[in-house]
Amino acid sequence: MVTKLKEVDVVTIGVGLTGTMLAKELTLAGLTVVGLERGPDRKPQEEYVLPRIRDELKYGARMELMQDNSVDTVTFRNQSDQTALPIRRWGAFLPGEGVGGTSNHWGGLHWRFLPTDYRIKSAIKEKYGANAIPADMTIEDWPVSYDELEPYYDKFDKLCGVSGKAGNLKGQKIDGGNVFEGPRSNEYPSKAMKNSPGGVMLADACRNVGYHPFPAPFSAPSAPYTNIYGVTLGSCEYCGFCGRNSCEANAKASGTVNVMPVLRNEPKFELRTRAFVTKIVYDKQAKKVTGVLYTDMKTGEEYEQPAGMVILSSFVFNNTHMMLYSGIGEPYDPKTGKGLVGKNYCYQFEANGAAFFEDKELNPYMGSPGDRTVYDDFNGENFDHSGLGFFGGGYTVGGSGGAPPLGGRAIPEGTPRWGAEWKKATVKWYYHVVDFNTQGSVYANRANYVDLDPTYKDSLGRPLLRMTYNGTDNDHKMSRYLLSKLEVAIKAMNPTHYELRPRPKNFTVVPYQSTHNTGGTMMGTNPGNSVVNKYLQAWDASNLFIMGASTFPQQHGYNPTGPLGALAYWSADKIVKDYIKNPGPLVHA
Amino acid sequence: MAEVKLPRRDFLKAAGAAGATGAAMATGIVACSPETKTSAAAAAGPETWQVLTQQEVAFFTAAADTIIPKDELSPSGSECGLPVFIDRQLASAWGGGAKMYRAGPFLKGTPEQGYQLALTPHQFFVAGIAAANVWCEKTYGKTFDRLEQPKRDEALKAMEDGKAEFDGFDSKLFFQRLLTINMEGYFSDPLYGGNRNKASWRMLGFPGLPAIYADKVDEWRTKRYVAEPQSIADFS
Repeated sequence: MVTKLKEVDVVTIGVGLTGTMLAKELTLAGLTVVGLERGPDRKPQEEYVLPRIRDELKYGARMELMQDNSVDTVTFRNQSDQTALPIRRWGAFLPGEGVGGTSNHWGGLHWRFLPTDYRIKSAIKEKYGANAIPADMTIEDWPVSYDELEPYYDKFDKLCGVSGKAGNLKGQKIDGGNVFEGPRSNEYPSKAMKNSPGGVMLADACRNVGYHPFPAPFSAPSAPYTNIYGVTLGSCEYCGFCGRNSCEANAKASGTVNVMPVLRNEPKFELRTRAFVTKIVYDKQAKKVTGVLYTDMKTGEEYEQPAGMVILSSFVFNNTHMMLYSGIGEPYDPKTGKGLVGKNYCYQFEANGAAFFEDKELNPYMGSPGDRTVYDDFNGENFDHSGLGFFGGGYTVGGSGGAPPLGGRAIPEGTPRWGAEWKKATVKWYYHVVDFNTQGSVYANRANYVDLDPTYKDSLGRPLLRMTYNGTDNDHKMSRYLLSKLEVAIKAMNPTHYELRPRPKNFTVVPYQSTHNTGGTMMGTNPGNSVVNKYLQAWDASNLFIMGASTFPQQHGYNPTGPLGALAYWSADKIVKDYIKNPGPLVHA
Repeated sequence: MAEVKLPRRDFLKAAGAAGATGAAMATGIVACSPETKTSAAAAAGPETWQVLTQQEVAFFTAAADTIIPKDELSPSGSECGLPVFIDRQLASAWGGGAKMYRAGPFLKGTPEQGYQLALTPHQFFVAGIAAANVWCEKTYGKTFDRLEQPKRDEALKAMEDGKAEFDGFDSKLFFQRLLTINMEGYFSDPLYGGNRNKASWRMLGFPGLPAIYADKVDEWRTKRYVAEPQSIADFS
């Protein structure tokens, strides 16, 4: 039997990064907010502490902070004529679980998309001709511009205390920052991190070969910082344990560290953990949602929580799954191209490289994702694609350090993987590696999408989400191009040995590649091309707002957290300024 | 010895696999073959094993010492405690399949679709070791732990390359998982029973904890930082 609870103003489905941000902004505006989180609460003062946090087996290998596959997972196939099978334990990507969600364990590279990224379809047509975009490339312009989002990027920077160096301050290009970036209204809240020795070597090489190097923008302060909610953040310790882990120093940004300390004390906010939302209650005729159904995993009781407004703020897959399972909007059909929920699922097309320097001492365990050099010369429309046979691009980052021994022991290809020779090589090279990553875009393709699986079910009996995805020729060409440009820089570093690691032809769910999954509930200019409008409001339910990277029309050559944080504040601002006073569609189709 | 209530046949098999005397069995010190008897004895395993059988202990001991041989760089895999680490991991929630999606149907799938067996890590290794030993007996006339070192190297290489034709089991996948769990034990914090005396950290020069380097990155920019490694237990 379902117990119906008293109505509240707002329910958030998921209390991760955007869930905490929206809850904070909406309680500030006087609304009562209930945060429903199916995972556990996470308390930094108890969990993210020395010495227990420095445990690479627990966090890195056993994936302590990740979503429980036994409760819910996704099925996967490369193409639609195959049978999708469940991802039984995570590999290629790692959705988080619990308060703070995936932000607890992200790497912290904090970006803004390029101004041209927001109008990529138009930009390509203008530059390369009206017919330049291949028929199966289903990219779209965003319904919002960089200039509209800039104040919200700025606010999100100040939530996180981002460290970095501006390359474009109010239109003024600044040498040493990213000269390709859109204009910033303010310098970064915190000075750039100290570059790693490998990062310094890459920066020198970039200048020699004509690239524009700059310090990686990192979502942690380089000195203590008090954020917009009055939360005092620590500074990065260069501990090297960042990957798949949370932060002992309270430096790396997350919903848990940057918002929850103040949200917990907010009387208008109530957090309910182990509250598994199964469905949004949808009134199709009224084009409204009335609340959510959830199961309290601590008691087994099922509840209906009525709400004036629902914020769908779970991970990319779960957002799209919730829409499909709740029957809101039309599922995408790749055969006809009709339907929009599940369309334009995209990933991040990363590829790596490594260079070995036998005469350098690079202390491989010191460091953080932010102590690196980046160049952005081959991202988006920062370069001419004429005659290249692909669109898109990505930034490239390189440096040394941040390599504890379980995850970070590069040895040259061809070395045995075990035995005496392996041991010798491991010891020989441990101190001498610079690693590189190209963060390639994924421009949406008609054949890549998510829908409901016909066979496999989650622990509460709902069909799993099914992912149909493969790398496209466009993305493979793009990635090889980025690697060829990286090779130029690596050669200029004069290594003892180097190697480039292009992606295999088929996408595979192991090993780890990137958690930058995007799309499925894309935003757009009208109900014919999108699931949500420019304010992230669902076209089919005006009191339903969807947060996160599921709203991206495609994925550009940057980590998605910066852009999705800006979008969350942009949406929250519109809700507070206009929607609360005058509920209803914010964009008239 | 009389207290070991095993049917005679099984007992002899276990004792044979361990290559040890009854006294060694009773104290849980397991030597696995003449070559590694000394090193394994020095490793001084636990009094009792949580989930591994003597045959499995013998296999993991021999495999650990092949994957991580004793040399001037570090003690052997078993001296570093890898069989103990593996025993505890396979007995843990992870080894029992926690946080693993285990509903069927179970279909073979493509390599891109990843692990698709119903077996938990513990069940996987139980089945894999049995298949490996049947293959070793067929190929070499002995179980893996009884092989001379060059044959062990050869056998593991055949599994790594997928050339060892196990009966009804994927030898390449078995080797991949065997390699992974040994590397995990060798390099992770000694808290879990492997990496005894921080042997692998000493070998690499990894200082372990507390890993607070904000005040060190400038000073050690061009030279090797050296510190006595410290583990979680050192701070607990």
